[in-house]
Amino acid sequence: MKALLVRDLKLAVRAGGGFGLGLAFFLIVVVLVPFAVGPETALLARIAPGVLWLGALLACLLSLDRILALDWEDGSLDLIATAPLPLEAAVSVKALAHWITTGLPLVVAAPVLGVLMSLPSGGYAWLVASLALGTPALSVIGTFGAALTVGIRRGGLLLSLLVLPLYVPVLIFGAEVARRGAEGLAVATPLALLGAVTCGTIALLPFASAAVLRVNLR
Amino acid sequence: MELVVEDLAVARGGVAVLEGVSFRLAVGHALVLRGPNGIGKTTLLRALAGLQPPRAGRISADREAMVYAAHSDGIKAMLTVEENLAFWADLYRTDGVARALEAFALGPLADRPAGALSAGQKRRLGLARLLVTGRRIWVLDEPTVSLDRAAVALFADAVRAHLADGGMAIIATHIDLGLEAEVLDLTPFRTRLPAVADEGFL
Repeated sequence: MKALLVRDLKLAVRAGGGFGLGLAFFLIVVVLVPFAVGPETALLARIAPGVLWLGALLACLLSLDRILALDWEDGSLDLIATAPLPLEAAVSVKALAHWITTGLPLVVAAPVLGVLMSLPSGGYAWLVASLALGTPALSVIGTFGAALTVGIRRGGLLLSLLVLPLYVPVLIFGAEVARRGAEGLAVATPLALLGAVTCGTIALLPFASAAVLRVNLR
Repeated sequence: MELVVEDLAVARGGVAVLEGVSFRLAVGHALVLRGPNGIGKTTLLRALAGLQPPRAGRISADREAMVYAAHSDGIKAMLTVEENLAFWADLYRTDGVARALEAFALGPLADRPAGALSAGQKRRLGLARLLVTGRRIWVLDEPTVSLDRAAVALFADAVRAHLADGGMAIIATHIDLGLEAEVLDLTPFRTRLPAVADEGFL
């Protein structure tokens, strides 16, 4: 398992690996929002949690089709599927590698971009907490979508359409945690639901991903 | 332990291609599959490797004893030759990278990014993976594509060494490898009736 993780991380940071793609997109979206809606601090502070969460979600979406498509194209997915590693473990590792290269940088960058959005000072901790808790679910759900569309040329569009509805609960609860945190309200309920969504997807979706991947590799 | 395949039937994309394929393969022996393009050699090999379930029939061998090498080598262009092999060695929990590099004359290329290799060199790297896995039954699909004569000889030597070591090999190929292998022509096993596409809705 470690071998696959190390390989995926190595491939991501080397030239053409796409590391930083999501981060750059997140940066662009959040930097441009104040230009689009105007520099009024009160308005920006009010929409900041939602915009930051939406930006992070779309940035995640951008790199999903790379999770499995590249390995499918060069034949390594067939070879990994016949290796001693169970396919469930392989897709879990792929999701973890995607989170480390895409989700984790977003979590780290979010507070910096929060400054640009005039996020109230009480909101930073909850913004980071909600993203840290929610982005793993985005990676796991995305890997499921990638497994469904592997083998389809230019499957990125279909992948986005399939994954978007599954992303909605994560977005609702994640952004709600960040919003309530910023406004100084109690966050326990949305935080618990966000945690439940993440735990549920991590527990169940690798099995679904492996099952659809087996069908797609036939 | 011998490999026994009984009455195997396989389908590709919902269309039956081969049926009634039976053969036995003893330890230390190789089987060469022959047949025209589209007969179902690749499909049969994928079924043996466990990538797709057969429509009917039985395969005696444990999947854990097999290693499959497909048309594409599964090489990562951004990793070096050695890193590519080291990944498979880690995945199969073995350590035979140096030996595999030597067997396919890849030593001088070890630090080269795999993307910079020629087609034949990539193929050699793909075949070197077989040695790294340490598995006993090699399931090979057109292993000699884009290899030059010297590399084909290297490959034949590697197969011979593997067989002498108690391994087995099932090889689909159109050329003569100079191996002492049993030959199975798949033409008589072609499906007569076109089967109903039971997976059409997928």
